[in-house]
Amino acid sequence: MSLQVKPENFGCPLPAADEDTVQLAHGGGSRLAAELIEQTMVPAFGDPVLSRLEDQAVLEAQLDPGERLAFTTDSFVVDPLFFPGGSIGELAINGTINDLAMGGARPLYLSVALIIEEGLPLATLHRVVAALGAAAQAAGVRVVTGDTKVVGRGSCDKIFINTSGIGVVPAGVTLSAANLQPGDRIIISGTMADHGMAIMSCRQGLSFAQPLTSDTAALHQLTEVILTVAAKPAGQALRAMRDPTRGGVAAVLTELARASRVGVMISEETLPVAGPVKGACEILGIDPLFVANEGKLLAVVAPEAAEEVLRAMRNHPLGRQAAIIGEVTAANSGLVALRTALGPERVIDLPSGELLPRIC
Amino acid sequence: MLKHLDEYRDPALARQLLAEIAAVTTRPWVIMEICGGHTHAIIRHGLDLLLPPQLELVHGPGCPVCVTPVALIDKALALARRPEVIFTSFGDMLRVPGSCESLAQIRAQGGDVRPVYSPLEAVNLAARNPVRQVVFFAVGFETTAPGNAMAVQQAARLGLDNFSLLVSHVLVPPAVGALLASPGNRIQAFLAPGHVCTVEGLQDYEAMAARHRVPMVPAGFEPVDILAAILLLVRQLEAGRARVENEYRRSVRPQGNPAARQAVAQVFQVCDRTWRGLGEIPASGLRLRPEFAAFDAECKFALGEIRAEESPLCISGAILRGERKPPGCPAFGKECTPAHPLGATMVSSEGACAAYMLAKR
Amino acid sequence: MCLAVPGKVVEIFEENGLKMGHVDYAGAISRACLEYVPEIKIGDYTVVHAGFALSILDEEEAAKSFETWRELQAAAAREGVDLFGRPLGDFEDRD
Repeated sequence: MSLQVKPENFGCPLPAADEDTVQLAHGGGSRLAAELIEQTMVPAFGDPVLSRLEDQAVLEAQLDPGERLAFTTDSFVVDPLFFPGGSIGELAINGTINDLAMGGARPLYLSVALIIEEGLPLATLHRVVAALGAAAQAAGVRVVTGDTKVVGRGSCDKIFINTSGIGVVPAGVTLSAANLQPGDRIIISGTMADHGMAIMSCRQGLSFAQPLTSDTAALHQLTEVILTVAAKPAGQALRAMRDPTRGGVAAVLTELARASRVGVMISEETLPVAGPVKGACEILGIDPLFVANEGKLLAVVAPEAAEEVLRAMRNHPLGRQAAIIGEVTAANSGLVALRTALGPERVIDLPSGELLPRIC
Repeated sequence: MLKHLDEYRDPALARQLLAEIAAVTTRPWVIMEICGGHTHAIIRHGLDLLLPPQLELVHGPGCPVCVTPVALIDKALALARRPEVIFTSFGDMLRVPGSCESLAQIRAQGGDVRPVYSPLEAVNLAARNPVRQVVFFAVGFETTAPGNAMAVQQAARLGLDNFSLLVSHVLVPPAVGALLASPGNRIQAFLAPGHVCTVEGLQDYEAMAARHRVPMVPAGFEPVDILAAILLLVRQLEAGRARVENEYRRSVRPQGNPAARQAVAQVFQVCDRTWRGLGEIPASGLRLRPEFAAFDAECKFALGEIRAEESPLCISGAILRGERKPPGCPAFGKECTPAHPLGATMVSSEGACAAYMLAKR
Repeated sequence: MCLAVPGKVVEIFEENGLKMGHVDYAGAISRACLEYVPEIKIGDYTVVHAGFALSILDEEEAAKSFETWRELQAAAAREGVDLFGRPLGDFEDRD
């Protein structure tokens, strides 16, 4: 075997500048990092505080008497990154807004931190960042600080996002999972399991006649409507709100029942599930009660306010299919029971691990 | 609206059938639903709570999660640990514990374990990953065997030498025969598995009904199907008859599905099999025919002798046979819990022991 | 064992030499191997287990079953009582 000498094999061993993928150097301290932040991140969020690129966001905040700050953080990992109806970007913004909103807070400021796997196509990163920016803008919530890190290939899966959020809880609003009282009604803002089945269908090679889309949405405007209406008849008619993400409606109701030492009885016939989602659940042997939602909320409301809250929710675009699905009971403390269409009641047992399609 | 599904969940019709069942039941009867799918539907819709108290439903051994022996799960774990192997399985089997671990735990430790919905996905995975060995955990009953047979035939057609099955197929009639032959047997009638019969037809069940003098009714899986089948069983029991009546006529033909049966016969042959909780039952399983040995993971990989013992405390065999109830087991809720199951009936969430644990909670 | 759900065949095609199809479940579309139901046509309902169609649902038999059950209901309705001798519609009180 002879060694062929070609002129193009000679050259200065400078690192090949890969224009198309994320490099470790994008993570910090280099020209690439500065470019990424200044040309991609800052324009996507268009926020004057973020644009200053200080180590911290310094924020104006004036609280009226009785108002309190709400502060939350959440991390987002999803495979695939892009799915029908959204992407990890929308999830990361809407998820943290919703965590604030469920406490009755008006969301004000968000942080966004990205952990990116080396080798991720830059085009993918740009799409994710654009989705983050668009979601924040649509929700009217400011992204005021952020961070990016790049880790070696295999150290994370494509991209992980952490968002934190600060909001203001109005005076007099004290929502808590421990507030439930027997007789309270459980209201869901719309159909169950859309997000989880949209994701699982991508993985299981299912498709849909009408594209099944994730329900990812920021719910703070809907919660504002609920707070306004629930405050009218009897002051604190609204006991608690939760967004049933991972673990679905069943997991959230179980948490509420345990925290309040009460039971929860839901009625099978009232549970809203879209036809194709039900079809997909049947094929894969999955109960929609356990499947994640990203744009739905559960509100627990005193019985005398339930109808009015329901009406108000149905007048909001994100609550058109709202329904009363059950009530709080003194019996069965700490448990969620389902009254089946045929009448009997059975305790809902939470799955012991991840949801997997089954054949049995 | 799901046609051929929702109309079989009609509450008014179900109530009428329940009323009719109550009207014809004059004495206590013990009925076994063999299939885990029936158990699932019975629990999901609460049918057991609506039947007259004289009718006792016993959950049968028709669930691969429950009956796959620990030794075979340990073999699956050994394969899944190998770096060259992509281990594929129906989602059902991922959390089932072997002697000390589950497939999900192996995956957490870095094993390449992937849940699939269809065995053909595993074949495609092998075609796309020529340098890896794809093993599919072929568990299940007569219903699942045709798909797994097709996967082997397809891998052979595509000339794949990196696809194999770890076979744990079991057959319903020999297990039912073993239950009926056991001295403590209390089962008087069987809700027969509708999808097994869709593939296999009714011959075996007619023979069993005649030989053991037990009524057998293959049933669909919705509340109306199950209640209509129970009604047929009770009518037979009350009248002293014992024959096969087909409730699931829209799917089950007397001769089954000839194309599916033929494929199974080409690829598999009958063998003895150990059932978790029931022990070894002669001629109760399927294994690959010798001409398909190249697709048999047990031949392909030197797995060595893996012998796992079932817990001596566990009485799941007696529970599966309907002889004892879970609370009567000294280990129930103590050494044996859903998180740390000792035996078959605690493994699956629909197993009798797991169901009692939930009710007790 | 053996979860299998009825769906409607909306497309038939060949893939890697196998007869395959798309099956519709109220708008959710899944792929299934149709090799074991060679006579199946578009519009037929089939029971699919683990990606394999195992039978073509017999619409006539399904209709017959319902006829039998409806007769049962009609007989009871004529009496105006359920089979416990209580007025119809009283069933919620049972549990």
